[in-house]
Amino acid sequence: MNRSSKILRYVSRRLLQGIPIILAIVVMNFFLLNLAEGDAVDVLAGEAGSATPEYMEEMRKKFGLDKPLTVQLAHYLKNVVQLDLGYSFRHDMQVTELIVDRFWPTLLLMVSTILLAVGFGVLLGLFAAVNLNTWKDAVVSVFALITYATPLFWVGLMMIILFSIKNDWFPTSGMENSAAFYEGFDRLKDIAHHLVLPTITLSLFYLALYTRMMRASMLEQYGQDYVITARAKGVSERRITFIHVLRNALLPVVTMAGVQVGALIGGSVIVESVFAWPGLGMLAFESLFARDLNLLLGIFLLSSGLVVAVNLVVDVIYCFLDPRIEVN
Amino acid sequence: MTDKLLKISDLDISLPEGSERNLAVENLTVDLSPGETLCIVGESGSGKSLTARALMGLLPAPHVRISKGKIEFCGEDLTKASDPRMRQIRGSEISMIFQEPMTALNPVMTIGVQIDEIFRFHVKMSQRERRLRAIELLEDVKLPDPEQIVAAYPHELSGGQRQRAMIAMALALEPKILIADEPTTALDVTTQAKILKLISDMQAIHKSGVLFITHDFGVVADIADRVAVMQYGRIVETGSVDKVLNKPEHRYTRALIASVPSLVPRAPRTRSDKIVLSTESIQKRFGGGKSFFGMGKPNRFVHAVKDVTLDLRSGETLGVVGESGSGKSTLARCIIRLMDSDSGKIMLDGVNICNLNRADMRPWRAKIQMVFQDPFASLNPRVKVGEIISQGPMIQGADRQTAQTRARELLEIVGLDVRAFNRYPHEFSGGQRQRIGIARALALDPEILMADEPVSALDVSIQAQILKLLDEIRERMNLSMVFITHDLRVAAQVCDRLAVMRYGEIVETGATREVFDAPQHSYTRELLAAVPGQKWDRQLAN
Amino acid sequence: MTEFWNRFSCNRQAVLGLIILGCVIFLASIANLIYPNDPFLYSRFPLSGPGENGFLLGSDSIGRDVAAGIAHGAKTSLLIGLIATIAAVFIGVIFGALAGYYGGLVDDILMRVTEVFQTIPSFIFAILLVAIMKPSIESVVIAITVVSWPAVARLVRGEFLALKNREFVQACHTLGMGDLRIMLAEILPNCLSPIIVIGSLMVATAILVESGLAFLGLGDPNVMSWGFIISDGRSMLRVAWWICTFPGIAILITVLAINLVGEGLNDALNPRLRERN
Repeated sequence: MNRSSKILRYVSRRLLQGIPIILAIVVMNFFLLNLAEGDAVDVLAGEAGSATPEYMEEMRKKFGLDKPLTVQLAHYLKNVVQLDLGYSFRHDMQVTELIVDRFWPTLLLMVSTILLAVGFGVLLGLFAAVNLNTWKDAVVSVFALITYATPLFWVGLMMIILFSIKNDWFPTSGMENSAAFYEGFDRLKDIAHHLVLPTITLSLFYLALYTRMMRASMLEQYGQDYVITARAKGVSERRITFIHVLRNALLPVVTMAGVQVGALIGGSVIVESVFAWPGLGMLAFESLFARDLNLLLGIFLLSSGLVVAVNLVVDVIYCFLDPRIEVN
Repeated sequence: MTDKLLKISDLDISLPEGSERNLAVENLTVDLSPGETLCIVGESGSGKSLTARALMGLLPAPHVRISKGKIEFCGEDLTKASDPRMRQIRGSEISMIFQEPMTALNPVMTIGVQIDEIFRFHVKMSQRERRLRAIELLEDVKLPDPEQIVAAYPHELSGGQRQRAMIAMALALEPKILIADEPTTALDVTTQAKILKLISDMQAIHKSGVLFITHDFGVVADIADRVAVMQYGRIVETGSVDKVLNKPEHRYTRALIASVPSLVPRAPRTRSDKIVLSTESIQKRFGGGKSFFGMGKPNRFVHAVKDVTLDLRSGETLGVVGESGSGKSTLARCIIRLMDSDSGKIMLDGVNICNLNRADMRPWRAKIQMVFQDPFASLNPRVKVGEIISQGPMIQGADRQTAQTRARELLEIVGLDVRAFNRYPHEFSGGQRQRIGIARALALDPEILMADEPVSALDVSIQAQILKLLDEIRERMNLSMVFITHDLRVAAQVCDRLAVMRYGEIVETGATREVFDAPQHSYTRELLAAVPGQKWDRQLAN
Repeated sequence: MTEFWNRFSCNRQAVLGLIILGCVIFLASIANLIYPNDPFLYSRFPLSGPGENGFLLGSDSIGRDVAAGIAHGAKTSLLIGLIATIAAVFIGVIFGALAGYYGGLVDDILMRVTEVFQTIPSFIFAILLVAIMKPSIESVVIAITVVSWPAVARLVRGEFLALKNREFVQACHTLGMGDLRIMLAEILPNCLSPIIVIGSLMVATAILVESGLAFLGLGDPNVMSWGFIISDGRSMLRVAWWICTFPGIAILITVLAINLVGEGLNDALNPRLRERN
């Protein structure tokens, strides 16, 4: 069997493995929902202002809330499979619809952050490893050490103080200047302008993480036997660094990039709420205050699914980078 | 042949401060002519590998460096050569092969690309030419289907194939000198024989000088023209292979050679016919889709132990010999119930211990004890030696006082100072640790000792001491022993009877002498034929 | 022990971290002495700059002393970080040890559970848990514990998996030693170093998560914390930069110090152990 069909089989197997995970998360979701004080009817009643106990009982029947837990779970599962995540009374919209709406800004933020963090992290780590034990290495390492310890929201606030309040270089909040009604290229430029601060904020921590990992990984690979073999063949140091060592050193960093996506989504809640970026994180923040648990759980479910998906993508990339992965 | 290819004179290699000694290599003077094979032999820590690295300019800088002396290669002093010049020499004029062909190759690059690099950095050739040349080279080292191997990654080849690929790489530009640093140590004996033959064949074609580093005198006897023996960084003796092996002058050389177990089996001892342990058709398979969640996993079985039936008689040593993957260690672990066999019987004192549960097994544990291979992994680094030895009796119900007194006695029996009692394992050398491991096994007064490659991780002189100790204890305590080994020399000296294993099956059993003199199975013959240094043994015998 | 201390003290960064951490702990322990008043107590001087009106680090929108908040917040942060980490290490060690030691079906089940917990974006999960349980010190600790044990479980499982096949463990089996004793007395002591290291780094992460939760308004409303001050001062960013800046620096310094100590421990306990997550 050739390699590409092996990889295809591997991917489908991983896809299958993702299903029980998602299922487990959905079930957990259901129980968390039940754990919360009050049910949908209480919330609804609260929204309406006044409701008689009889009316609430009727509503419960209507929603199936009087049924045994297992029946309710089956009902919930059926709904989730049909992509029905319930109704957000606060926004007066289907949760699914709302989430899909807010998904794109988050995706934009995430993609730009991953590119920035992984790209620069790899470069900085490489740079530090190549200049090991010089002042260049020291500067990079100290930078990584400090950013690694800085809370995201504080970085965001400091960015706003420095670049928006003291110097009016970047906007403080939002994704675009909707009052300006830009179109086409101008709109893109406007969005990019708004994207700068949130992206930098969100990526700093991960940039530090990848820098440190890349540096450590490079140093580890330099100590491997195959490096000596390459030197014994008369291969230049340049080629050893950039061809032999780099490719091997990237492997753990790629794995880590996948693992960290979950954390990145978590970080986006904070960054989006600092910069009022209209994505899922902002939505989650709003639903917190509104105590809109249905919505919060929907976001939670989607982001978990996203992590599973990204991990799958990372696994496939890994397959191409590391021929040793036995895809059977 | 008059012009020396290589002349090393007065070479010192210094180690970083705080090391065990200041100089890894001291006053080393040695030379090499074209077409000649020079073996540097020594035990671990003798500085032989660093010497090889120094020649290539590949010492782990900046801590380990050449502090004195000259390395003259065709008249040019390599210690003064510039980096670009060294790079030019490496791979084209002097090349090197290593011990561990798996880690020595880059795991994410194909064999083809790794061979290609040599041409890319040393000669001007078109890409097509380079590819054709690479395929030719792989053909030269007798790899099957070179067209495919060019595109293969290292992990897709076997150990022997990887070493062949390494040799192809090293010989790509017909270097004047080939340095081989223990190139067959990680390989099985039959593969070793083939690789050694390949190296000497290639040498005959290319007329290169070979600097062969090894710890194995059998290998030395087979391939060397001249020998240099190293101890603690110094060469203690050099000379022709005949002179050094058959008329050694230096004390150390003599001691080393005396430690090499002879291939001529020892005289069989009188034995009783009482059977203390027997196995009936033991089966053990690994792998398979047992896992509940492992969807889509293909059911691949490895039949590690196939239908093994063995008897161990009272007071005898039964050797189980075989190459890696033959299932000999798995068999040992099944017998001692570290693993559960799939089916079969293990009879000990008339009881089948195969199906006993943990609690029922506990009293039987005392009867059969194990000595392990790796002296570093077999002792818990966090537990004191005295505790390690006295644990067993205490689990079996002895009180602390008795167990500790016994432990102190045992330390003396295995030849260690009683003060070892309160120390941690890391304070001891490999040979000493192996003694501790033996003391632990003896603490339960077992009837049977299962020894799994107990000396294969040790240097030859230490190996001889441990074998002697095992022999003494066996006599003294009237032990029966199952001795697992891959080394036929050791087997010849230790075992009364042999069982030869391959692919999980026993292909032949018999008294050691009979198996050696008249092997019945073709595999046994192949194994025996592959043992290095047989010619030398015959010379010594006459 | 002395050998360990020698190796640790060779690392200047680690010693610096230890000193800073000592200062923070000292600050937390004397918070009640130097600022005996309730840190929530407001005064007549809102939005005073640093040094004005006797406020060392300024005051917030209703005149609460930022410096007092930081001192009392130190207690909260350290306590939550420590308790959550201890709990997470405890759960993680149990899960990881059982999975790694027994393997097979036990491993399969435990690791799938761990995998589910690792797949869930941890911060969102923490938010969700606190939101459902209502914000309080307890719910924050529980949430942080729930999201951080899987890392320990994976690490411990890996160690157990590697160590259980070591010959010294097999030797214990041949002596007839019981499983529980093998796990606790033989294997566990050999993986204490990586557990200590990951634990120390987890304290730092826990402090970051706690401050993040507090920033989103999910801190205990009755307990002063660094995240709370920042979240509260956010709306005053344009007029009073100090409210957000100083608590942030406090978090930064504390987390940095703990990370330095953690890395120092890593180097000193096991020179070969590399960065693990």
